[in-house]
Amino acid sequence: MKRALPVVIVALAALLGAALAAAMLDLPPHAVRLPGAVAANLAASGVAHPITAVLLNFRGYDTLLEIAVLLLALFGVLALVKPHAAGAAHPAHPLLQTLARLLAPLMVLVAGYLLWIGASAPGGAFQAGAVLAAAGVLLRLAGLLPTWAAPNLLLRVGLALGLLVFVAVAAAVLGHATLLTYPPALAGGLILVIEASLTLSIGLILAALYLASTEVRP
Amino acid sequence: MSVGLLYALAGAALFAIGLAGLLALPHLLRKILAFNILGSGAFLILVGLGQRDGSVDPVPQAMVLTGIVVAIAATALALALARQLLERTGRMQLPEDRPDAETDDA
Repeated sequence: MKRALPVVIVALAALLGAALAAAMLDLPPHAVRLPGAVAANLAASGVAHPITAVLLNFRGYDTLLEIAVLLLALFGVLALVKPHAAGAAHPAHPLLQTLARLLAPLMVLVAGYLLWIGASAPGGAFQAGAVLAAAGVLLRLAGLLPTWAAPNLLLRVGLALGLLVFVAVAAAVLGHATLLTYPPALAGGLILVIEASLTLSIGLILAALYLASTEVRP
Repeated sequence: MSVGLLYALAGAALFAIGLAGLLALPHLLRKILAFNILGSGAFLILVGLGQRDGSVDPVPQAMVLTGIVVAIAATALALALARQLLERTGRMQLPEDRPDAETDDA
């Protein structure tokens, strides 16, 4: 019986996949035309790129909860890591260290570019934050950053900044209309402020998820 | 058949593979990887169905972008939990949770 269980599971999963595929092939054309609705309201959103407009304006609530989820996951990881597991970095190969020192400033520059271009082209806070986090991981692998099992005050402020700024903006515009409905005249500036703080926090949180729980050995 | 629909169908296949792996594989690292494959399948379905008529729908794209970041956070937390389990029990598997476990061993 126990041997047969994986076979049954695989068969049932294959059945589910086939049912999903059949449902998709059978799907009627779009009932709601969301791209049209996005395009119609794009001018009032404060940004020129539809995906950024959806993320930060039309569905800003999702993004607000997302940064909260990221922070919660980091709290979970930090709660599991033993404080004494934190240690000084082991120096890596000099070539890797030099390469990391050269690449890290460039990655910060790319992150800034991605953040800025997000208003009008593919890019934005998440992509920029991911590049920042990659820079942090690279520096860690090169032995230039210590582990972060117990973040200091400045680091904690940076980790929470994205969520705090987002909530502060949401609270500030609450008198204007419903939650996260920005006044059109201020929308562009508010989104840039939120995205800049989100970039910093996402980069730090993603890097911390890695840095808090790794022991790099030489 | 449009390219978008093809992506969605591939997403359904990935979803089924991930689900089977999540349920059938006992090793926790494999479960976490299978969970990620399952999630990627769901993302591919969302994005693929959103552009099956040729034009890109920004709403599912934004949802998937949000989903990817949340999936990374969930994976990191799952890995930290799995590592904790490994340090405490020396095993990378969930304990068998059967009411007849004692009688079985005896």
